[in-house]
Amino acid sequence: MSNSTIGNRLSKKRNSVQSHYDRPNTLNSGHRACQGCGEALAARCAIDAAYHAAKGNIAIVNATGCLEVFSCVFPENAWNVPWMHSLFGNAPSVATGVAAAMQVQGKNVRVIAQGGDGATTDIGMGTLSGMFERNDDVLYICYDNQAYMNTGVQRSSATPVLARTATTLPNSIYSGNELGTGKNVPEIAIAHGIPYVATASIANIKDLEEKVAKAINIKGAKYVHIHVPCPLGWGYPTSETIKIARAAVECGMFPLFEAENGKIVGSTPIETVKPVEEYLRLQRRFAHLFGKNANPQAVEELQKIASANIEKYKLSGGIVNV
Amino acid sequence: MFQVRIHGRGGQGVVTAAEMLSIAAFLEGKYAQAFPSFGSERMGAPVVSFCRISDKEIRLREPISNPDAVIIQDQSVIKPANAFNGIIDGGFVLINSSNNESHEVNNLKNINVQCVGATEIALQHIGKPLPNAVLLGSFAALTKAIKIESVIEAIKTKFSGVIAEKNVAATMVAYEKVLAN
Amino acid sequence: MLFQLEGSQAVARAVALCRPKIVCAYPITPQTHIVEGLGELVRSKKLENCEYINVESEMAALSVAIGSEAAGVRSYTATSSQGLLYMMEAVYNASGLELPIVMTLGNRAIGSPINIWNDHTDAMSVRDSGWIMLFAETNQEAVDLHIQAFKIAEKAKCPVMVCVDGFILTHAYERVDLPSQKEVDEFLPDYEPHISLDTEHPTAIGTMVPPEYFMEVRYLAHKRQIDTLPVVECVGTQFKEKFGRKSGGLLHEYNLEKAETVIVTMGSVAGTIKDTVDELNANGSKLGVLSIVSYRPFPKEAIREALKNAKEVIVLEKAFAVGIGGILHQEIALALQDLGIAIHSVIAGLGGRAITSEMIREYFNNKKHDNMVFLGLKEDVIDREYRPIKNSECNNKF
Repeated sequence: MSNSTIGNRLSKKRNSVQSHYDRPNTLNSGHRACQGCGEALAARCAIDAAYHAAKGNIAIVNATGCLEVFSCVFPENAWNVPWMHSLFGNAPSVATGVAAAMQVQGKNVRVIAQGGDGATTDIGMGTLSGMFERNDDVLYICYDNQAYMNTGVQRSSATPVLARTATTLPNSIYSGNELGTGKNVPEIAIAHGIPYVATASIANIKDLEEKVAKAINIKGAKYVHIHVPCPLGWGYPTSETIKIARAAVECGMFPLFEAENGKIVGSTPIETVKPVEEYLRLQRRFAHLFGKNANPQAVEELQKIASANIEKYKLSGGIVNV
Repeated sequence: MFQVRIHGRGGQGVVTAAEMLSIAAFLEGKYAQAFPSFGSERMGAPVVSFCRISDKEIRLREPISNPDAVIIQDQSVIKPANAFNGIIDGGFVLINSSNNESHEVNNLKNINVQCVGATEIALQHIGKPLPNAVLLGSFAALTKAIKIESVIEAIKTKFSGVIAEKNVAATMVAYEKVLAN
Repeated sequence: MLFQLEGSQAVARAVALCRPKIVCAYPITPQTHIVEGLGELVRSKKLENCEYINVESEMAALSVAIGSEAAGVRSYTATSSQGLLYMMEAVYNASGLELPIVMTLGNRAIGSPINIWNDHTDAMSVRDSGWIMLFAETNQEAVDLHIQAFKIAEKAKCPVMVCVDGFILTHAYERVDLPSQKEVDEFLPDYEPHISLDTEHPTAIGTMVPPEYFMEVRYLAHKRQIDTLPVVECVGTQFKEKFGRKSGGLLHEYNLEKAETVIVTMGSVAGTIKDTVDELNANGSKLGVLSIVSYRPFPKEAIREALKNAKEVIVLEKAFAVGIGGILHQEIALALQDLGIAIHSVIAGLGGRAITSEMIREYFNNKKHDNMVFLGLKEDVIDREYRPIKNSECNNKF
């Protein structure tokens, strides 16, 4: 794993797929994503990397959600690869069917299912677990923007505690999304014992590409969970998507790690661990924790979560500055 | 059309008995329809199955309420299942019992009643208390609705190897026992 | 070749003869024996080059079939009752995507209260979903309809549901004539997908369609289904030519030439009705039976033609819509609306209540037919349990 980003052209070996002049452009320009969309960026990087690693032999099943809606409204289509959308909660099952059909026809086509956190951690959890348990030959990519953005920013089971969403509005009784809630799907994936699980961030495109490229050619069920900030839902200027993604990684709120066959095999150390407050202050969804009704206790709770991640995934490779 | 109703308990092969009977009739070139009483029965619960045998295609699909013959695989279900209900005049009742004095049959008028200790025969020959195939041997002898050769063939389609042989042997014993009466 | 088989085993073997490449299975009573049968056929290599996938829900079962059809292979699944409702979203999706999946529906009631026995409420709940829906009268017809279903589905680019009465057919041992593999291969050509996830020619399947186009999509779906009526009929005719027996088609007509009163129905109860009708006709009645095979597309014109000489029509169905009444009854009434025929509704056999000859005889012995009759309804239970909502309570509130 490496921390290099786009550019870094000095070493050809370390070039990212995105930095290459003939990148595949699997998700082409002209789609309808919001300015600064983290999901669009992640999808383009991930699918380009998969396309590159599988020599173009990929097919995609997309769950309902932002990505599906902005990339494919009839009569337009931004995908340059075979792509299908069925429903919100069934992308893993549909992908199972596609993969089985490819196998029975003797076609070497690598199958990807993808969706947002709502499709993955909530409504599609049953079908995802089934796909994992059967070890079907599918790479599932979750683009986690931590709420139902397509419907107007409602809470999902991936929404961080204390965050504001349209259905967890802070008031005098509640401080955003309730403490003690949420679902850690990468860990659930690991518990299935599938061949490969990884988390990735669009702040580290080279790392993201490497993980997807590794995953796509592994036989069996694979899961890559990508942290994708959403300017609209999180409340920040559209130019700051990467900055926010990086802040989440650097404070430990979004740990980067890999697991194989049920065991964590590595994580990306943070060079300089930053306080979680720096990440929170960048986003309006946490604004109620600061200012005139500041809630330092809540910030402390979030810091505990980040610190626990740093300990659990052994992220403090550099200077810890908490 | 010859209609048969089989009563017993879950686990005794009540449904399999009706199926084997239908296969036996089929092997004779007849039309036959066998079906269970359609429940989510558990082991030990009272179970009913049905079999119709006819020279013509069978279109009727209601449960059999006026059987030509009733087979009782387990005496304890006679009362709770009202097992003798609706038997036609001159019909047959075959009871799995080594005791010919079975008091439940006292009210049956103009019905050919036959008791056979099928469980004992099964235990002796098969080693398991499974009276279903055995009783079909007695049924063939009692009603003449089906040939014993067809019953034997039907048993061989449901069981194989040693188990089939043992069932066939037990069935022949039960067949001859009734013929001798 | 003739066999004495359980309905489910017969269906499993018929499906295997059609060489599906994907079979997805999730168990639900009374469908279980069908998927068990197919599992055995795949595991024993009697059905080769087929992936049998045990999934975790009905939603997944149909979704896997959606994926595999979209990737270009013939796919099959089966369900019943609650399972059909659980996959409901995918039911609409499969027809919307024009994927020629074949699915057996072992017809069963829908709860609550939970009930595992036969009626047609499950099928009726998807009558507007855009699937072709065929009803089998016997196990022989269940076998034959599955072989026809793949042909119809692939020709019409539309999924087909073969409705087989749960328990009454699925669990009944009957004589069935199973064709040979060679005969089925001659009848049913290899599947050539009209859309497919193809890396050489990437296309997007299942895009969002905005208001500018959606009405047209729906209209075309309807038009295509109506166009499928002759396909269903033609495949039935081809089947008869190839296999020598009448199975499938749009309708089964029985004694309609001389009938003044015709009973219209669907599924396996037609047999009991025909036996009863024969008996009553021998005593001077003039009864006929029309059983509908192709429920969707609904053969309106064929039904009008078949019933044009009837004085009275009785629609006997195993389902009804709470709050309005018989479902098939409404559709028949619509089809016959200007013909001046008296149409009565009979609801029967809900949740596995046996429909007997005696009940039907009694219905006809009671000359005056109410508009809606529940056959075999236990009046004493209704009298005991029915508590009318008092008008006064409503008046006070509003």
